[in-house]
Amino acid sequence: MRSNALARGVRYIGAGTVNAIVRLGFCARFFVAVLYHSPSAFRRLQLTLREIYFSGVLSLVIILVSGLFVGMVLALQGVEVLNRYGAEESLGILVALSLVRELGPVVAGLLFASRAGSAVTAEIGLMKATDQLSAMEMMAVDPLARVVAPRFWGGVISMPLLAALFSALGIFGAYLVGVKLIGIDNGAFWGNMQAAVDFKRDIGNGVLKSVVFGVIVSLIAVFEGYDARPTAEGVSTATTRTVVGSSLAILAADFILTVLLFRGIGV
Amino acid sequence: MPQTAPAAAATFDAHAETAVVLEGVTYGYDRRRPVLKGIDMRIPHGKVVAIMGASGSGKTTILRLIGGQLRPQAGNIIVAGQSVSRLDRDGLYALRRRLGMLFQFGALFTDLTVFENVAFPLREHTDLPDDMIRDLVLLKLNAVGLRGAASFKPSELSGGMGRRVALARAVALDPMLVMYDEPFAGLDPISLGVVGQLIRQLNDALGSTSVIVTHDVYESMKIVDYLYFVSEGRVVAAGTPAEVRASTDPFVRQFVDAKPDGPVPFHYAARPLAEELARAL
Repeated sequence: MRSNALARGVRYIGAGTVNAIVRLGFCARFFVAVLYHSPSAFRRLQLTLREIYFSGVLSLVIILVSGLFVGMVLALQGVEVLNRYGAEESLGILVALSLVRELGPVVAGLLFASRAGSAVTAEIGLMKATDQLSAMEMMAVDPLARVVAPRFWGGVISMPLLAALFSALGIFGAYLVGVKLIGIDNGAFWGNMQAAVDFKRDIGNGVLKSVVFGVIVSLIAVFEGYDARPTAEGVSTATTRTVVGSSLAILAADFILTVLLFRGIGV
Repeated sequence: MPQTAPAAAATFDAHAETAVVLEGVTYGYDRRRPVLKGIDMRIPHGKVVAIMGASGSGKTTILRLIGGQLRPQAGNIIVAGQSVSRLDRDGLYALRRRLGMLFQFGALFTDLTVFENVAFPLREHTDLPDDMIRDLVLLKLNAVGLRGAASFKPSELSGGMGRRVALARAVALDPMLVMYDEPFAGLDPISLGVVGQLIRQLNDALGSTSVIVTHDVYESMKIVDYLYFVSEGRVVAAGTPAEVRASTDPFVRQFVDAKPDGPVPFHYAARPLAEELARAL
């Protein structure tokens, strides 16, 4: 009896592992297929621009408001700690480095996955469930070129821009709280920030992170939509998988990228 | 009385060029349970042919096989002289440019207007200038009576109107073969008649061939040249509408007269009721 339960457990774990590897392999092949069809996404520039609008422009409100508040809270908390060491004037450095290196790409990525990634998955999943993708195939138009590739690139292009705006608004929020509200010297705030933030090392690596997160979220979003079961429940499950999968992947990739990019520079 | 399917198809086909041929086609989504078991059909050029059968009898699967969305596990499918299952991707896409398909619920692109839906195949497959595409789209929409709805989104259309727009889109490139998947499902009686007449008129006007998958026996008998009856994965009867009306075949009679029980049983296979109840005690 007990050995039966054990065998069932092993089988369950084995089946889950095999399934996960199969999906990963399928996703990798899907990624190659999307890249193969990408030139046509740029030939149909209008379609890609439309997706940049849907993924990028329509995400602006949540990104900008979140960036502003994250920056303001960071300033409030930062001032309190820095004050203990009489280093309030370093607030600009603290906020700018936190935002451009980590919080900008990561939080913008998480918000982007929730706002735009889920929408892309739901849209492609519903197109599948209502036979729109089959109709396209029957009209000799490849959905990977017409539907998937423009949405993928729309996300990849939008993500670094949104992360940059998130960081910019965050720094502005910190300025409002630190300089205007608490009264830290304006020159010290900006001057210290300018001296401490290195363009290539800090901003460049931050942008690189946001590009990687853009690829991760966009790939997961289009893959889950394309692979969704064509039912209401299937689309709902796929949307959830996009948000959970993207978020976990962003956090894991952030750790790996931080180790690789900032190793040896005394982070 | 309807003849056995292959014999009937041979006589029906005697003087016409064949648009679609299915030879011994077998297919199953699960290999152990085939949905189609050796289907033979011949669909002559210029005709409107209905494939009839109960829900789940594999009718839609036949359309997907003809369109190359599925590949048969055995047998051969020839469309316009080409073996569909042997075509590579480019060959299949080249063939599909000559086919039109109307999906069960229209499958209109919800992010495009009615006009852009009909213009879609023209924009994708031709280099025609915009003003010519506009004229062609308006002519197609006029043919289905919906020129006035060109600026609507699919969500603003009724079921019947949506089906007519999808019909205009399916024939946008003047295809040699148009496939209809349950074109009558869920329509009111007026829309039903309109869609039926449109299928016939467009087929004759374009000189194309039409395959209609349906379970609406009365509506389809008004417009088709020939009917195939499919049950449990096999062609069980075939004939012209006149032959079907006069048929004494038990399956055809059950289908045409809408009898709840007959060769297609009312009960799904199960143990006898008495045995089942006794077991419960």
